[in-house]
Amino acid sequence: MRDFLEQQWWLVVIVLGSLAPLAAQFVSRGFLPTLRTLDRRWIFLLMFWAVLVPIYFVGVTGRTFPEIPGALAKATFNEIEKLHAGDPVLIAFDYDPSSEGELSPMATAFVKQCAEKKLKMYFMALWPVGSQLADATIDDVLKSDFPNLVYGQDYVNLGYKSGNEGVIKVIVTNLRELYTTDSRGTPLQDIPMMHGIQNIQQMKLVIDISAGYPGIKEWVQYAVTPFPETIHLVGGSTGVQAPQLYPYVPRQLPGLLGAIKGAAEYEKLVIDKYGGPHPNPKYLDGLRRMGPQLVAHLLIIFLIVMANILYFADKRRESRS
Amino acid sequence: MKRETMIWAAIMLLGAGTLIWRAAFTTNGMGREYVRAVPVGNGQWNRYDPATYDDYIRSESANPNQREYLLSIPRTICLWIAAFFTIAIFSFLYRDNPIYKIVEAIYVGLSAGYWMVIAFWDVLIPNLLGKVWPTMIQKWAMPGLSGPDAKRDFWYLIPLVLGIMLLWRMAPRGDWIARWPLAFIIGTTAGLQLVAYLHGDFLEQIRSSILPLVVNNLGAFDFWASVENLIVVVGVLSCLTYFFFSFEHTGFVGKTANVGIWFLMITFGASFGYTVMGRIALLAIRIEFLLDDWLWLIDPLHRHTR
Repeated sequence: MRDFLEQQWWLVVIVLGSLAPLAAQFVSRGFLPTLRTLDRRWIFLLMFWAVLVPIYFVGVTGRTFPEIPGALAKATFNEIEKLHAGDPVLIAFDYDPSSEGELSPMATAFVKQCAEKKLKMYFMALWPVGSQLADATIDDVLKSDFPNLVYGQDYVNLGYKSGNEGVIKVIVTNLRELYTTDSRGTPLQDIPMMHGIQNIQQMKLVIDISAGYPGIKEWVQYAVTPFPETIHLVGGSTGVQAPQLYPYVPRQLPGLLGAIKGAAEYEKLVIDKYGGPHPNPKYLDGLRRMGPQLVAHLLIIFLIVMANILYFADKRRESRS
Repeated sequence: MKRETMIWAAIMLLGAGTLIWRAAFTTNGMGREYVRAVPVGNGQWNRYDPATYDDYIRSESANPNQREYLLSIPRTICLWIAAFFTIAIFSFLYRDNPIYKIVEAIYVGLSAGYWMVIAFWDVLIPNLLGKVWPTMIQKWAMPGLSGPDAKRDFWYLIPLVLGIMLLWRMAPRGDWIARWPLAFIIGTTAGLQLVAYLHGDFLEQIRSSILPLVVNNLGAFDFWASVENLIVVVGVLSCLTYFFFSFEHTGFVGKTANVGIWFLMITFGASFGYTVMGRIALLAIRIEFLLDDWLWLIDPLHRHTR
């Protein structure tokens, strides 16, 4: 930390310099009066630094914050871990670039674990850009780190289909009703790993990476609920959506990764088992992004406490007057 | 000149000066995109795959005349536009301004155009026209869409007619025609979702809430699992009591409803906490983009440094 501060002194100067007028206000007008009339833009600036400085620190030093995997991350990891080589797994990319920050670390870690387990991966998407994001993850993980895996034999991208939950409802019983080609336009009958696949009940596990509608909720309602014995689902979701999904745990949804925290915990499990002594930094995105989360959360807690102090101080003053 | 305008002008000039200094006078520079030229079609033309500055420098060191790794001007321009748009959107946090308005309008327009293209190529063509005229669509637009043995499916004329009826509301007369397909959509969606919610949420949630209050794990009493189940059962019952208005919320019912309020508040708090986490993640990824992809101030993936 000391080395960082000595080398990056200019950042310290900029941060402190930008906050100097606020400090001057506190000194000249007093603590509570300044807090009472605090311009919201100071809070934005504080939040900006609270996010930027840890990103810079982690980016420069390469250090990540310690992470202890929780029960749900372990459950998700174990659901994939108990599968056997060659088992078919459906991975649905139901998100778009707006939630990439939270969900792409999960997607990368899911694909890495599946590849390490030598599972057959069937990618699909219920969101239009999901298919391209699946391709990006394939390029990033499979093509670069698992060059022995062959498209069409070990993994296939079935692409995007419009129709939201309607797609799920159809493919649970008849995949070929909707999917006649993969995302590249190759007919399914010409893809070796599609031979014998009639519906997604044949998948040993469905993994959904979901940013909203359609997503995990629809997979639970239209795939897991009608076929609880044959379709097993785990997933990762954005922070906004996660609270709606917890009621499905564990009966309908044995594993769930909530937001970047869930991604970091799961990443830790995958890296500990498959990352080797020097894991590739691309598998540490979630762990890296927990740095700004920690500092920004501390700032929010501090602001909430300050606002409460102000509230009670004002109430006391009113009651006295 | 107003004091605030002067301060802003100074900040802008300082920012621009820093960018020029970083781009032109530092070892690595900043904000450039590289590609790898991959010959395709028997070398007749090239496909350009994304590459990194690190790849480029390594290739240049090995052979200064290499043409495999190249600086991509279009991608570099796009990178700078993305950075400008990010900062322009952030500028709203200070105050509404013309640059923000322009960028917002471009974003809305792009988004509308994008969804229109998606609706045409991913919905209308494959799901409707490709079913009614499969051979023509495969020849014209999507080879392999329905396979070589595709047959016309005239049932899809019904949604075509319903779609035309839906658009009728824009006609000067006969807008009532649009109500029929709308009624069909509402009815179908309600029917589909009613079953899904009843089965997947209502019944399954009741089933998931019926839990043993004393949990035995491998013959031994599991204290924490029992507490967990107790909290679930008490939470469900007290929240239900809060939403039960046939009795006045006094006495035992009132106290139980108050417990329900606490459970609800904790739920809202947890939900808000998750939302905050999601929003911070969104901010973090944009700042990461500015520091890593654009300014090259950090390099967690070792793309800009050797």
